[in-house]
Amino acid sequence: MQPKLHMTLKVNGEEVEASFAPYKTLLEVLREDLDLTGTKHGCELGECGACAVLIDGEPQLACLVLALECEGRSVQTVEGLANGTQLHPLQAAFADRGGSQCGYCTPGMLMTAKGLLDKEPQPSRERIREAIAGNICRCTGYNQIVEAIEAAASELAGSKR
Amino acid sequence: MSAKERLEVVGQVRRRVDGRGKTTGQTRFADDLALPRMVHCKLLRSPHPHAVIEEIHTEKAKQHPGVHLVLTGKDFPIPFGIMPVSQDEYALANVRVRYVGDPVAAVIAKDEQTALEAIELIEVKYRPLPTISDPVEALETAEPRIHDYGERGNIHRNQAHEFGDVEEALAKSDHVFEDTFFFQGNTHLPMEQQASLAAVEGDGKLLLSTSTQNPHYLHRQLACVLQMPASQIRVIACNNGGGFGGKCDPANHEMVVSKAALLLGRPVKICLTREEVFYQHRGRHPVLMKFRTGVTKEGKLTGMHLQTLLDGGGYGSHGAASTFYTGVLTPVTYELPRFKFEACRVFTNKPPCGPKRGHGTPQPRFGQEVQLDKIAEKLGMDPAELRLGMVTKDNSLTANWLRIGSNGLAECIREVVRRSNFKEKHRKLPHGRGVGLACSAYMCGAGVSIYWNKMPHSGVQLLLDRSGQVTVLCGATEIGQGSDDVLAAIVAEVLGIATSEVRVLTGDTGLTPVDLGSYSSRVTVMMGNAALQAATRVRDQITVAAAEQLNTLPERVVLSQGRVFAAEDPGKTLSFVEAVALAESKFGTLGAVGSYAPPKAPGKYKGAGAGPSPAYSFSACVVEAEVDPKTGWITVPKIWIAHDVGRAINPVHVRGQVIGSVYMGLGEALMEEQAFRRLPPKLSSALVHKIPSMLEYKSLTSLDMPEVDVALVEYPDPNCPFGAKEAGQGPLLPVMPAVANAVYDAVGVRIDEVPITPEKILKALELKSQGKPARVGPENFPAVPYPAPRFVLPPWEGGDGGELKSADGTPARKAKVAA
Ligand code: FES
Ligand code: FES
Repeated sequence: MQPKLHMTLKVNGEEVEASFAPYKTLLEVLREDLDLTGTKHGCELGECGACAVLIDGEPQLACLVLALECEGRSVQTVEGLANGTQLHPLQAAFADRGGSQCGYCTPGMLMTAKGLLDKEPQPSRERIREAIAGNICRCTGYNQIVEAIEAAASELAGSKR
Repeated sequence: MSAKERLEVVGQVRRRVDGRGKTTGQTRFADDLALPRMVHCKLLRSPHPHAVIEEIHTEKAKQHPGVHLVLTGKDFPIPFGIMPVSQDEYALANVRVRYVGDPVAAVIAKDEQTALEAIELIEVKYRPLPTISDPVEALETAEPRIHDYGERGNIHRNQAHEFGDVEEALAKSDHVFEDTFFFQGNTHLPMEQQASLAAVEGDGKLLLSTSTQNPHYLHRQLACVLQMPASQIRVIACNNGGGFGGKCDPANHEMVVSKAALLLGRPVKICLTREEVFYQHRGRHPVLMKFRTGVTKEGKLTGMHLQTLLDGGGYGSHGAASTFYTGVLTPVTYELPRFKFEACRVFTNKPPCGPKRGHGTPQPRFGQEVQLDKIAEKLGMDPAELRLGMVTKDNSLTANWLRIGSNGLAECIREVVRRSNFKEKHRKLPHGRGVGLACSAYMCGAGVSIYWNKMPHSGVQLLLDRSGQVTVLCGATEIGQGSDDVLAAIVAEVLGIATSEVRVLTGDTGLTPVDLGSYSSRVTVMMGNAALQAATRVRDQITVAAAEQLNTLPERVVLSQGRVFAAEDPGKTLSFVEAVALAESKFGTLGAVGSYAPPKAPGKYKGAGAGPSPAYSFSACVVEAEVDPKTGWITVPKIWIAHDVGRAINPVHVRGQVIGSVYMGLGEALMEEQAFRRLPPKLSSALVHKIPSMLEYKSLTSLDMPEVDVALVEYPDPNCPFGAKEAGQGPLLPVMPAVANAVYDAVGVRIDEVPITPEKILKALELKSQGKPARVGPENFPAVPYPAPRFVLPPWEGGDGGELKSADGTPARKAKVAA
């Protein structure tokens, strides 16, 4: 048995310590060692997008990243999206506009969408569809997810004005 | 009833009650659960499609460090199965394995890694048996039998019904159309892989938290397999990360972790890998179909003879019901004077098929609607007008004695035709572009339970107290379809409060009244009616208590927007909390239950239990397709759908259910396929799953998915709460035939099977260029040894819904009542 690593990670703006076997993925460490079960898995092979998180602001599949690669990098998960009890506009729009049915793809979708809006605050519908093309959703048929992301983009643009 | 006139919650666009939990990552799915001292389970699965287990050695695995327990078939002597007639599965295979992936042994260890290592140390000696790979082979191969029950050989179910003399009707028709179709199997692919956590709680009882759609049926089956009183078992259905029918069957892994938790006295968890989810399957049956349909030259149906052959896979699953559903709903859309339906399900050595969204009905609907397109062309009629001329009526009976209540099909057709400009496009677009129309109907809950009983199908309990808090409990399961929101909305509407004031607790056999589960589109209607009854009972207590205070009559008391007042004097009000406190003072602790059982169906023949429903939903769909004649590539730029939902409880989410159904239907139409291949002879010739991964099992991404224009048509049904019918399955059904019809309109080739792939289109175009029939689809229908049909007269021929029998009790061919 390999000895465990002890490492400090920066998750949702907080420094957290964790000890884990070196072969563990970021997904496993988030869910199993840090109890951040908001991030989901649908394949653990990089095929579904359910595990998407932001690493240094970039959407990444947490099942394909070793946790030990994340030392010194900033990881954002769905748990860090709301501001206190106030939902992020993306969360509110998903909840209000049918962007989330079973909710299983939702955390990965939200983080992917946040990655997009952080860089491109007013993306076209085509850009949104492209950005979430790696996130499989079996429930919604995507239409209402795209609409929710558009609504959140307008909401965010409005609040900045 | 109270004096309130307008609906305030029902019909409004609202944030769903579980929206916050799902967008913050707080919703706990089964694999998100963990308990102190938890250990992990992995299953060893069969590498053979069909074999006898001769020996199994587990010593090495047991000695592996970190292993707590190893279980095999010997630990599970009692079989199970969702249908009482198909108790044919063992939690771990005892003697025989029947598909690649059939669970054989389980290891419970300190972590998944250790369990995986130990699995490798189990030695199993198999004696391979001949593999039966498809229905034709199953019909031809009487031995070896995959199961020692069923009709005979490898036929699981075999049945025939005839409603009126169909041959006579066909003989008198102006035209008889004969077509064969094939619908390939596909799988649910829920985003959440099944997971379960079993533990013995502090009170000594077993708790299983699991991704199931049907906690009640699982509860019963667990009691049986574990040989424990059901009262000692509690099943919690966690929120399902998508179900689509794939989490309806009680599953092997649920039995295994439950048994292990009882033996070890510590929590045991399992989460299936994505590959294992493909083996668990229970998805869409591959179905071969033959339709012989008679029509008049004016375009009215005269009679139909439908034959189906289902590839069931290795176990019974819901197959007995699936077999019926490949035909029983066929007469619901259009007036069909006579109907003969023969169906056969065979066992094959593949993962078992079962219920997937639309359960058994999408397959014949595909054939029926494509055939109608051919009929319209032959008769020189517009496909929409042909259909409009024969839609079933409100409050009517079908040839097979199903009672239709509200029926918005005609309006659905008119609506999609108008919105899509169908008439300006059909047969008029340039080569390579086309539009197709198709319709469907679906049930709002099965009229009979899976096991025979006289108890309610759904129960709801409501608790209120002086704080004004309202808690509603029901055994229904939230699988993404929004059932928690429907429950809260119905209670909130009756009590005049907002859904955010209602606490919803569902899917827990230890706390919530029985609801049969989230299948067959039954929840809105059945749970909804139970909730309506419970809430009305509580409201009656509140209005009596408030009337005294308000100096009015109870029936004049209005509950609206958190206030309670007399209709004639809205100025003088009580808050909802005050009114509840008055009711608690007057009546004592408040609460009520409500329950619902569907109305008795009019059919009396054997088999009449499949098909009846309190109500039917209707849908019509237009698909626009672009087909590249060089590559066969199909692009779908837009889909229009109209769905008669009776009444939309929450329109934004009904629209979501409809679009989600269209999405899944389009995936089935174009690409989804649960396919198998034979290994080369030197590797045993075994039949293996071609694609047990998400990368290879193609499904639509956001880039493939077109915009869907949704029209909600609302024909409230008197059997339904506030008139609300289903929306989660019905809208899937017209999509596949609409795609096929659009492809024909675009390039003039008939693809009479699903999925409709570029290869098939190219092959059909090639045939066309050779002057051959431009069609790809099954060439013939095998000779299935169907039994003599049960003969029942349709309602309009003087029947009473019962089977006609000869004096010796055998099915009578004919008994003309009116001589
Ligand atoms: S879990 Fe599917 S992509 Fe990571
Ligand atoms: S909401 Fe269920 S998978 Fe997307």
